[in-house]
Amino acid sequence: MSKTTGFRRRYGASPLHLLLVLASFALAAYAGVRLLDGDTLGVALWFVGAALLHDLVLLPLYAVTDRAAQRLFGRREGGVGQAPPRPGVNHVRVPLFVSGLLLLVWWPLVLRQVGHYTAATGLPADRFLGHWLLITAALFVASAAILLARRWHESGPRRRAARGRRRARGATK
Amino acid sequence: MEAGDGEREQSGRTSRPPSEPLKRPGFLTRLVAAMDSAVASGPPRGPARPEFWRSPLRGPWLTAVLGFVLLAGVTLLFVTGLLSYAAYNPNLAPVNDQTPDKGWLGFYLFSWPTSPYWLYRVNQGVHVVLGVVLVPVLLAKLWSVIPKLFAWPPVRSAGHGIERLSLLLLVGGAGFEFATGILNVQLHYIFPGSFYVLHFYGAWVFIGAFVVHVVFRLPRALRAVRYGSAQPEAGTEEAAGLVSPRPAPPTISRRGALGMVGLGAFALFAVTAGQSVGGWWRRTALLAPHGREPGSGPNGFQINKTAASVGIRPGDIGPAWRLTVRGAGRRVVLTRDQLLAMRQREAALPIACVEGWSTPDQLWSGVRLTDLAALVGLGADIPHALVESVQRGGAFSSAVLRDNQVRDHRSLLALRVNGAVLSYDHGYPARVIVPGAPGVHNTKWVTRVTFGEPV
Repeated sequence: MSKTTGFRRRYGASPLHLLLVLASFALAAYAGVRLLDGDTLGVALWFVGAALLHDLVLLPLYAVTDRAAQRLFGRREGGVGQAPPRPGVNHVRVPLFVSGLLLLVWWPLVLRQVGHYTAATGLPADRFLGHWLLITAALFVASAAILLARRWHESGPRRRAARGRRRARGATK
Repeated sequence: MEAGDGEREQSGRTSRPPSEPLKRPGFLTRLVAAMDSAVASGPPRGPARPEFWRSPLRGPWLTAVLGFVLLAGVTLLFVTGLLSYAAYNPNLAPVNDQTPDKGWLGFYLFSWPTSPYWLYRVNQGVHVVLGVVLVPVLLAKLWSVIPKLFAWPPVRSAGHGIERLSLLLLVGGAGFEFATGILNVQLHYIFPGSFYVLHFYGAWVFIGAFVVHVVFRLPRALRAVRYGSAQPEAGTEEAAGLVSPRPAPPTISRRGALGMVGLGAFALFAVTAGQSVGGWWRRTALLAPHGREPGSGPNGFQINKTAASVGIRPGDIGPAWRLTVRGAGRRVVLTRDQLLAMRQREAALPIACVEGWSTPDQLWSGVRLTDLAALVGLGADIPHALVESVQRGGAFSSAVLRDNQVRDHRSLLALRVNGAVLSYDHGYPARVIVPGAPGVHNTKWVTRVTFGEPV
């Protein structure tokens, strides 16, 4: 057994792996002492919190919301055939996702958390909540319009058949 | 205190039978044994079990596609971020440097050019808009690899352990950089310290882990993309621990999910980018902080900080206001009328903020900085200049302009803009405007310009 494979067995990866990670840790330590110089605990909390925020807070939150939406709107779940699935739940899921995303990024302005905003910029602070609500409304309306158009399109063959039957009945009279 | 320590010592000694201290296995051996038994008994119920994760979307193809978008995006974010720091000319003077302890992290700094004059404007617009637009991609990427967070056993080997530590720096660094950046552009200063310090050093902590991650994962990501979007069997090496062994019936296709992420990115772009373009497009920036003009007329363009918000008093900029020009051992004091009597020059230049918003070109008129230098006898080889505002303190109440900035013929001490006298909020009686400089280096309410002194 060569020395390298012995190292791999004990360490679990190649020596290059170790060297690269150690180099990155050295850089992180060099920048990290400067980052933590000041409010050490605050910065450390923000850094670790940022790592956990999505995985332990946002993800459970939106996973549960999505599950609830599927319960409520997922009537056509598990449809037959090879066609890509198009359950109705996506017509709620997509606008909800986009609206939530806009709020996640712009919440300080939308929820009027920035007290000095107007004093600093000379711009009114009261417009963001209205904009966000109107965008959200527009997203749901657009989604509903697409759903209606899709239903209309999908029911095309049935409607044509019904029309044909009516016409046939008329002709025999 | 001492008694307490003694007690603990005592109990520690009594818990260990004196007859067999050497026979007890070492900590490492016990740890390895505990790990082996944990692995043998399988993961505990819950997220550590692969079948806990039901989404049929998760798999190496989706993760790789999102990874490649982030690879390109984060690289561009890092480069524009480094350029943004260089634009302040931090090595020129302490007042220009918000992170004076940077040491070797400033190794790449160079003199910031004045041409093209839109360089800083485009750089900051790209940096901020791209950062905002990448949020859904980052979230989707984190969602796509969530089973790995709970992988069992938590640490397989020393190599796996330190790689997971590196991932803490990667994910924590990414979240930290996005959070501080997005909060700062909204003036919501709730983060624990100066934005410049946190965002600059945070970026360096992050980027090492980012490079490591790219090097380790790029081959696998390339394989996954070449393999195509067909899902590999759960539990195989190609599945990379991402594919669910018990997938729920799909409610959306993988391309559909990517489309949803793309739509989110587009929506963020649509409500943000207008503030970096200006003109008609500004009104499309419905949720961005500088999505409308503060007024109309010649002075109706974006304001970074109003006169009132930085404590400018009417007396500071009233008839008693004077401009002092110093350099080469001389000193000249001028009234506003004397400045207006000098030769007035014009320059069409934008205001561009570190926060990503900017204005289209405004037509400034005033006295060239080179003409001010000539007042104190400086002709050729005009040196750098310290520009000071009547502002009382504050981070950017003064700035040092490099010689190439002072010598540029478009660099003005402006008295008028778009044909009108400067408004108070835009720096009346006089402000500096320099091509390509960060907004805060275009000092407002200027009271003193000092050429060539050590700063």
